[in-house]
Amino acid sequence: MNKTAMTGMEGSLAMAEAVRLANVDVVAAYPITPQTHIVERLAEMVANGELTAAYIPVESEHSAMSACLGSSATGARTFTATAGQGLELMHEVLYVASGLRLPIVMGVANRALSCPLSVWGDHSDVMAVRDTGWIQIFAENGQQAFDLTLCAFRIAEDPKVLFPVMIHIDGFHLSHVVEPLYLLNQEQVRGFLPPFVHPFPLDPDNPVTMGAFTVPILYSEARKSMETALRSTRPLINYVFDEFAKLSGRQYKPVEHYRTEDADTLLLTMGSFSEIAMEAVDHLRDRGDKVGLIRLRLWRPFPFDELRRASENCQTLVVLDRCVSPAGPPGPVCSEVKAALYAQKKRPNVAGFVGGLGGRDLTPGEFVQMVERGKVIAAQGGEEIEFIGVRG
Amino acid sequence: MENFAVFVPRLVPQKDYFAPGHRACIGCGEALALRLVAKALGRDVIISNATGCMEIVSSPYPTTSWRVPWIHTLFENASAVASGIEAAVKIMNEKGTSKKTPKVVAMGGDGATFDIGLQSLSGAWERGHDFVYVCFDNEAYMNTGIQRSSGTPFGAATTTSPAGKVSIGQSTWKKNMPAIAVAHDIPYVATACPSYPFDLMEKVNKAVATKGPSYVHVLSPCPTGWRHAGDLSVKMGRLAVETGVFPLFEVVNGKYKLTMDFPQLRPVKDYLTPQGRFRHLPKDEVERIQKGVIREYEKLKKKVEP
Repeated sequence: MNKTAMTGMEGSLAMAEAVRLANVDVVAAYPITPQTHIVERLAEMVANGELTAAYIPVESEHSAMSACLGSSATGARTFTATAGQGLELMHEVLYVASGLRLPIVMGVANRALSCPLSVWGDHSDVMAVRDTGWIQIFAENGQQAFDLTLCAFRIAEDPKVLFPVMIHIDGFHLSHVVEPLYLLNQEQVRGFLPPFVHPFPLDPDNPVTMGAFTVPILYSEARKSMETALRSTRPLINYVFDEFAKLSGRQYKPVEHYRTEDADTLLLTMGSFSEIAMEAVDHLRDRGDKVGLIRLRLWRPFPFDELRRASENCQTLVVLDRCVSPAGPPGPVCSEVKAALYAQKKRPNVAGFVGGLGGRDLTPGEFVQMVERGKVIAAQGGEEIEFIGVRG
Repeated sequence: MENFAVFVPRLVPQKDYFAPGHRACIGCGEALALRLVAKALGRDVIISNATGCMEIVSSPYPTTSWRVPWIHTLFENASAVASGIEAAVKIMNEKGTSKKTPKVVAMGGDGATFDIGLQSLSGAWERGHDFVYVCFDNEAYMNTGIQRSSGTPFGAATTTSPAGKVSIGQSTWKKNMPAIAVAHDIPYVATACPSYPFDLMEKVNKAVATKGPSYVHVLSPCPTGWRHAGDLSVKMGRLAVETGVFPLFEVVNGKYKLTMDFPQLRPVKDYLTPQGRFRHLPKDEVERIQKGVIREYEKLKKKVEP
């Protein structure tokens, strides 16, 4: 179990500390708010000799991820971090990382997308890279930013996985907030995270061709096998979470519950707003409402079974999206949740809300409103986008 | 000189690392150049290849022409990928997790080098990565069907700079890519052409031996895009050099040196006439190109230290 004392640390620095403890080999990164503190700290560690790693200060995020492809393919443990526009500039490179099965770990300080320009947090960037074939995990506090980054290396580099992993930490709400948390020491991390051994690295003694092109009779099979492989990582992800729990006493799950017992109404959140939603749940429970909260920890591969089990006994499921799908269904998370539940014989009515865009806070009171209003619109079918905490 | 011709080819390694059976067009000057470059590079390399003709002809899954470790990812990022490989090799040696020290090489066509990949190439040069960049310049986007690039010469007809009633084809002058390389203060820059195979291989050897970034710019005649007969590719390269259209030179630590100088340049029309892409040019435009070539050649000669 954990023997280190509680310390106060910013989410970004906690993530950087996890990367240091992972003894990363290569960091290639480009500055962008609100991610900068992560890579600034890593650059500082390298400069001070606290971390022996190559820090490549690339000239764009496109090159950041491209350099990561090269270093990971050579067999080096590789990390980068980005946010918002930077994640979008990487977009096409992200598909290559998963297609070539390169276990790169990336911290994403989730940020809104232009236009209008906003450096503040929401999930627009994540949702645009949903289908890039990365394992995607959401943290909801600084402790998780640290813990899940360590889990990410272990998951990504497992020979049964070999997929890149994004750890999402909400911009500013997590990246820039100092929170009390427990660290692990180097010995503990060494026991948890074995050295990275790439099975087929770029090596003159055993030459491989990476990134061949395919014709129509092969492309589909290549994509299908990649999809099957990504889907098949689920048991290993659970296993790593369990192993991490043995080490730290902190257990993570693909879908996590808060006061869901006997709940007739459930809120569903991803990321930092989960802790505010908990306050709303406490308030509603105090006044006798049977309300609980489920949080999607794992966004990809999507935790279908856990979500179905978690929501099978409630009447209403209220989903918060921090991203707009303009003129589409009410939010990407809500759409996916609905799709996952559609074939269930016993399924809740689902209501979707869009809020918390571009760094806008949501209060516990607004979560209470979502529950109340959600019950009404869910019963009616709820196909329109419903905004929360927005004027006009 | 006679002895040179007899013995030098025998000193060239027989082993090919770019294997036959690839799918390049008949008479492809770029495939010839690549074969020579790969020969000169040898086995102890890792290659990062941009999307383009050579990538496509060499890697149709499940076959490959590559006998050395090779990675292709995207069009504009070969230099950034090479940066990552180079950094990984170095740090793994420093940490003792690997003892291998292959030379890292990035490759791309003129589109990948002059245009879409210029930013990542500039970044990698500026950061000083120890790698060789080889540009195979066939003067247009040949892989997608002969569209103009900023490496396309003035007056050439391409599918996106067609000659027409009110157009003479490409209306801009070729971007001076070697000068851009030199402006980065990298230790070794050279131009080469597969029509001068030993010169090309010698320059690749020098680039490999250079510590830090090096750039080898290889003019690669393209019968399909230049619209000349497939058996003229080697001759077209020679004519490009002999007319001064594509001078062969080296820049070592900023010092220019012509590797091939001529007391008298051939008239540029000798080079233009066999190529369908220049067929439409009226005499006065040929004259304009002639003047431009001489002007650029004189500029280059002024940079060469006596």
